[in-house]
This record gives sequence, structure tokens and C-alpha cells, in this order.
Amino acid sequence: MDGMTTMTEQNTMTHGVTAGLFENTERKRLRLADETIALEVQNLNLYYGEAQALKSISMKVAAKRVTAFIGPSGCGKSTLLRCFNRMNDLVDACRIDGKILLEGDDIYDRKVDVAELRRRVGMVFQKPNPFPKSIYENVAYGLRLQGVRDRKVLDEVVERSLRGAALWDEVKDRLHQNAFGLSGGQQQRLVIARAIAIEPEVILLDEPASALDPISTAKIEELIYELKKEYTILIVTHNMQQAARVSDYTAYMYLGEMIEYGDTMTLFTNPRKKATEDYITGRYG
Amino acid sequence: MTLNNWIKSGSPWIWLNAGAIAISMIMVVGLLALILVRGFSHFWPSPILMTDLTTQDGREIRIVGELSRSQVLPAQVLRDAGVPIDDDIQLVTRHLIKQGNRDVWGRDFVWYPETGMGEWSYPRNAMRLERREWGDFYGFPVRILEQGRTVAEGDSLWPELQQRIRRANGIFDEIRRIERREIGNVNFRMERVRLNERRLDLQFREGRIGVAERDQGMAALAAQRLELDQEYAVLQERLDALYKDVRRDTLVAQVMDGREWEIPMAQIIRAVQPNSMSVFSKTGLYITQFWEFMSGYPREANTEGGIFPAIFGTVTMVFVMSIIVTPFGVLAAIYLREYARQGPLLRVIRISVYNLAGVPSIVFGVFGLGFFVYFMGGAIDRNFYPEALPSPTFGTPGLMWASFTLALLTLPVVIVATEEGLSRIPSTIRHGSLALGATKAETLWKVVVPLATPAMMTGLILAIARAAGEVAPLMLVGVVKLAPTLPIDGNFPFIHLERKIMHLGFHIYDVGFQSPNVEAAQPLVYATALTLVALIVMLNLTAISIRNHLREKYRGESD
Repeated sequence: MDGMTTMTEQNTMTHGVTAGLFENTERKRLRLADETIALEVQNLNLYYGEAQALKSISMKVAAKRVTAFIGPSGCGKSTLLRCFNRMNDLVDACRIDGKILLEGDDIYDRKVDVAELRRRVGMVFQKPNPFPKSIYENVAYGLRLQGVRDRKVLDEVVERSLRGAALWDEVKDRLHQNAFGLSGGQQQRLVIARAIAIEPEVILLDEPASALDPISTAKIEELIYELKKEYTILIVTHNMQQAARVSDYTAYMYLGEMIEYGDTMTLFTNPRKKATEDYITGRYG
Repeated sequence: MTLNNWIKSGSPWIWLNAGAIAISMIMVVGLLALILVRGFSHFWPSPILMTDLTTQDGREIRIVGELSRSQVLPAQVLRDAGVPIDDDIQLVTRHLIKQGNRDVWGRDFVWYPETGMGEWSYPRNAMRLERREWGDFYGFPVRILEQGRTVAEGDSLWPELQQRIRRANGIFDEIRRIERREIGNVNFRMERVRLNERRLDLQFREGRIGVAERDQGMAALAAQRLELDQEYAVLQERLDALYKDVRRDTLVAQVMDGREWEIPMAQIIRAVQPNSMSVFSKTGLYITQFWEFMSGYPREANTEGGIFPAIFGTVTMVFVMSIIVTPFGVLAAIYLREYARQGPLLRVIRISVYNLAGVPSIVFGVFGLGFFVYFMGGAIDRNFYPEALPSPTFGTPGLMWASFTLALLTLPVVIVATEEGLSRIPSTIRHGSLALGATKAETLWKVVVPLATPAMMTGLILAIARAAGEVAPLMLVGVVKLAPTLPIDGNFPFIHLERKIMHLGFHIYDVGFQSPNVEAAQPLVYATALTLVALIVMLNLTAISIRNHLREKYRGESD
């Protein structure tokens, strides 16, 4: 008994950043082996011209769980995230080898329609980027692209998506006003609503709360918790408390390599590698 | 050292910068003030002076007219010009008097030396007549004749005169309306019948239709022609009656040397006695004259009357140009910015496009004449208007080619502005759309292009400002001194792109430099320049307000 207490105290002391995070939650340790796998990365290498940005990454992503990517700036976590919906295709000098399997099919296969892939793998960016349209049209944008014109269907989806993004009650009376009239946090939730309106399988969140105030951040985090009931979520974040709070699995990356990947609780409380521990406890750098 | 410190403190810079802006401001304000003062003062009725002049050789001359301007000259200049002046005089003051009455004297502006001039008086019954021909008339009213019979003189004359002028003008307007609108309409349809006849004839000779078909068509056209002839005869009859009616009254007036002069009432547009007018009625007259200048048709080789066709032509041309240049420039810019592979070739293309803006405009005029008018216009005529040949339809300078030439001239401006706008749109917005499964084209048309519309409007504003003020190329591709018809009227197809137009810029050049009557034309040059500036400002304000509206709509993410 005494020994255990000492261990916990020690943990609390060493891991000041995440101290107390897991104390009141009934979180059990998760095992990837028990999960349904939504995405699988196989030996992925990515180059920007000559420079290699990702080095033989391999990982499995659990379906309907939140997987967080943490690591210092420039470690490649955003680059990796953008591989999942092929946003890196937009960068001219970017070259990729390796595979990413979405439900068993390689998304880098030549036969894949990128637009179709992006419908299945939605993305939310760091800075809220609503379109210069009304709130309604922002949410309906993806559906209109797919040729949906039926007003009833659109109304329904817009409402469902806005409710799903916990924004409905705040905007239901001004659906047809410009989206720029919303606050930053509302805009970010609108962008999430826009993403879930087309019912993707996976949602990529690239530092979704870094441009927001604490209250908006809390709302986004609650939202993520709700969303994972239906979607597989991958999130990049700088904020380790956030990673610890919202994610089920966490990957720590450093200089393009995946140093450690595993269930969040284990990674934060009992990391296997020294580098991970140093980063989590703030001794990095 | 203090000088050094002063330089280090940066004050010289501030002085230099402030000086530059001050000089620019002075120049702009001065320019506008000159145009405003000269342009607006033209319409203010000036008093009519009367004086007696004893010339060097002892003759007595009575002078009646308006003082146009005065000058002080060294006597030698006049002596050299052959005017006899006493040797002891150094400086001579002389006055330019507008004495009008070109039909009486041949000259309406005459310089008179001040020496030998008696007292100036402003007789209350001195009268100025604005006439349809021969310019203004100055003199004193004597009596009114109706078919040779005196009907009014003395005190009752003036109101009677005004009333009869109104009547004559009413009839004259009716004549003008019939000539311009109704007979113009008949002529237009007559021309169409003629062209249809030729077309049938051509088709028959090429073997595309048979004899029966041709004869049938010809018969129908002959019937139409007969109908039009009858219509014309009716109109002509009405006109004859009106002309007879309008010639009923005559005004007899005394000119300055005492002779009596008969003026048909139909010739008179307005009779005023400025010396007996109050400020209030002068203001009224000012407004009427200003309005007539803006809304009337030019007379007397453009030195009198209004400039309405020129305003109309300028505006129409700018609109047609905008309709051509905007989509063209926007599409080109989108390709350059969004689709073309950035590289040395693209850089060369871009530099070439930008440098197009630096090509002298007359070069565009020459190109427009050679390519648009003769090559494209000629091809259009051969293929679509063979029945009108040899007289060209589109193969001659006209509104469409003027607009095309100006569109080409202003294309770089639109391309540059649009490209700039496109490059300012944040990539996050594009990515947001792509991440929702939009293709590049969908992203462009649904998100990027709408956001770039304010920038496109900026390009259009610059294009309009440049195009509306351009003159040189237009003289080659469609602008004329006097266009008989407006480019838009009630005859199908309503907008006549092949017609020649009048243009304010060219009008200024024409009135100022090509006019036989320089002194009379000068104030009109300023008034026309003022109109042109005001028009460009107005067009720009419209475009700017549209742009601001768009900016408001897309506020937050664009400029």
C-alpha cells in the first residue's frame, strides 16, 4: 500500500503538467488490439523536395476513438494529419511513399478520387475558415457540391449538423446571416458542423482550439467528446492537457518520427521512452 | 553641425514629402477650379453694353454687344499689325466685344481699342436672341409681323414676342420630332426593305431559291414599300403644313448701326433682355441654359447647342466596353493565377500583359482599325450582311469596334487587379472548400471568385476612368464629329453597335481646335471638359459604391 502511494505521489510530482487529470475520471486503459481499425498507416515516408518530413511512420487508428498527435513545432504532426485526406497533394514539391489504408483500401492508390476521399475524411483547420456566405449556406456547401437541391433535405441536414456541433441554439434565429458575424469559437463550431454535414467517416482536427479563448476551447473539447460516438477523430494539438483530456490514444512525434504511440493514459502517466517523458513534463528543449 | 542635426532629425524629409503633396494638391485644385469656373460661368447671362467709338480716321461707330474679355498690350504689337496708333502711346487697352449678328457683319467677335471709346451704357431694352443659325443676335426689338402685318410694337411687344416664340418653338419641336423619330423610323424600315430585296436577289442568283419564291418575296416587299411610301407621304404633308405655320411670324429688330433686320420667329430659340433681368430670373435662365446644354443636340458645327449625343455616346461606349473587358480580363487572370504553371514562360506572358498598359493608345487605335474594323468587320459583312455591300455595316468604324479597342486597351488593368485580388484570398478558405470534397473548379467558382469580386470592381473602376477619357484611338475606330443618330433607339434591335458615336473627349478636341469660330467655342470647351470630368467621377462613384457593397458582403476575409 505504502509503495503504491509513493508511486502515485511521485507521478504527480514528475508529471506536473498532467497532474490530477485522470484522478476523477473512470478511465480504463485501452488496448489497440481490442479496437476496430479505421485507418492504417504503413511505412509512410514524406519528402518536401529533398527534405524528409515524415520517416517510416506506421500506426493503426482506432475507429470511433480520438487519437491525438503531440510533439514540438515542426515535428510533422500536421503533415501526417494532412496525409489522411491528401491535402499534401496541394503542395507542389511534396512526395509520398508508403500506404494509408482507409477501411482496407489504399487512399494513395491511383484510382482513388481525391474529392470522394475528402468527403469521407473531413477536416477542420487551425483558424476558423467559414466561407463568405450565410451560416446556412456554409453548412449546406458540401451537400450542394454533391448536387442536393431539395430544400427539405438541406434544412434537415443543416439543423442536424448545427445541433451536432452544439451551435444550433445560438444561431437558429440567424441562419441566413453572414457567417463572419459569428465569434471565433462559434465559427470553429460552424466549420465542424460544415464538416459533419456530409457525414464523413473520419474527422481530422488540426489544432482546432489554438486560436480560441478558454471558454470556446472547452466547448470544442466537449464537442469532440460527443463526436467520437459517431466519428473517428484525429486531432493535432500543442496543448498537452487538451490531448490528455480529449484523446483515447496519443502519438508523440519528434523530427518526423513517431517516438511513442499508445493509449493516452499510459502515455501520460507511464511513458515508455525518456524523450516522451521529457516532453510531457516540460523538460524538452 | 546644426545643419547636420537638422538633416538627422528627419525634418527635411517631412518638408520634402509635404511639399510634394502640397504641389500636387495645388495643381489638382487649380485644374478643377479653372474648369469649374470657366465651365459654369459660360451660362450666366452677361449684360449687353452699348457705347460709341470714334476711330482714328474720325468715323463714329456704335457698338452693342457683350464684353468677352479685355487686354492690355504694348502699342508696338498693334502698330506692327498695321493699326495706326500715336507714337507717344506705350500701352493700349482693348476689349473683345461679342457683337453677334454673324449674318449682318460676318464676324461676331471684334477687338476695339479703348482710346476713342465713349461712356458705356447698358440700355434696358437691349436684347439678345439665341438663334438656330448664325449664332446670337444683339439689337433692339422694333415690331412683330404676322404675315407681313404689324401685330405688336412698343410696350406690348415683349410679352407678345415671348408668347410667339413659345408657339414657334412648340411647332418646331413637333417638326423635329416627326423628322427625327417618325421619318427616321420610316427610313429605317425602308432601308430594311431594300436590304431584303437585295438578299432575295442574291439568294436567287446563287441558286438557293427559285423564281417563284423570289417573285413571291419581292411582291410582299413591294407591298411593304408601297405602304411605307404612303406613310411617308402623310408625314411629309404634315411637315409641309407645320413648316408653313412656323414661318408665319417675323420679328423686326434694329441692329447697332440703326438698320432694321427681319428675323423669322422659327429661328429664335430664346429672347432675353439681360440688362433688365433680376438676379432671380438670371438664375432661372442659367439653369435652363445649363440644362439645354446637357440635354440638347449640337448646332452650328458643334459651336452651339448641347452635347447630349456626346454624353450618351461616351456612356454607352463605356458600358459596352465594361461588358467586354470584365469577363475577358477576369478569365485571363484566373488562368494566369490559378491554373497556369508558374515558371519563366508565365513570367514572360505576365510581363507582356502588364506592358500592354504602357503601349501608346494611338497604337491601339491603329490596331483596332486594321484588325477589328477591316479584318473582323469585313469578315462579318461578307458573311452576314452581303446584301448591304458594297456599303459596309460592321466593316467601318463604329460603337462596337471603339468598345473593343478600349477593352483591349484596358484589359491589363483588369487582369492585374483581378490577379492581385485572387492572390489575396487566404489559402485557408480554399483548403476549407477542398477539404469538403470540392474540386478545384468548384472551389474557384463558388468561393474564390465571389471573394475576388471587389478586386475585379477595382480593376473595372480603373478601366472606366482610363476608357472614358481616351480620345486618340477613338478617332480611328468609331467616334465622329457629328453622329446623325444615337446608338440606342426605338428601332429593332434597339442597340446599334455598328453606328458611329459622338464622344465627350473628342468633342472637346473638335470644338476647341477644329471649330471655325474659336471665340464662341472656347467656353464650350470648358463646359464640355467639366461634363467629362463629372461623368467620369459619376461612373467611378457608381462602381465604387458597388464595390463597397460587395466588400461589405464578403467582409472579414477579403480586403
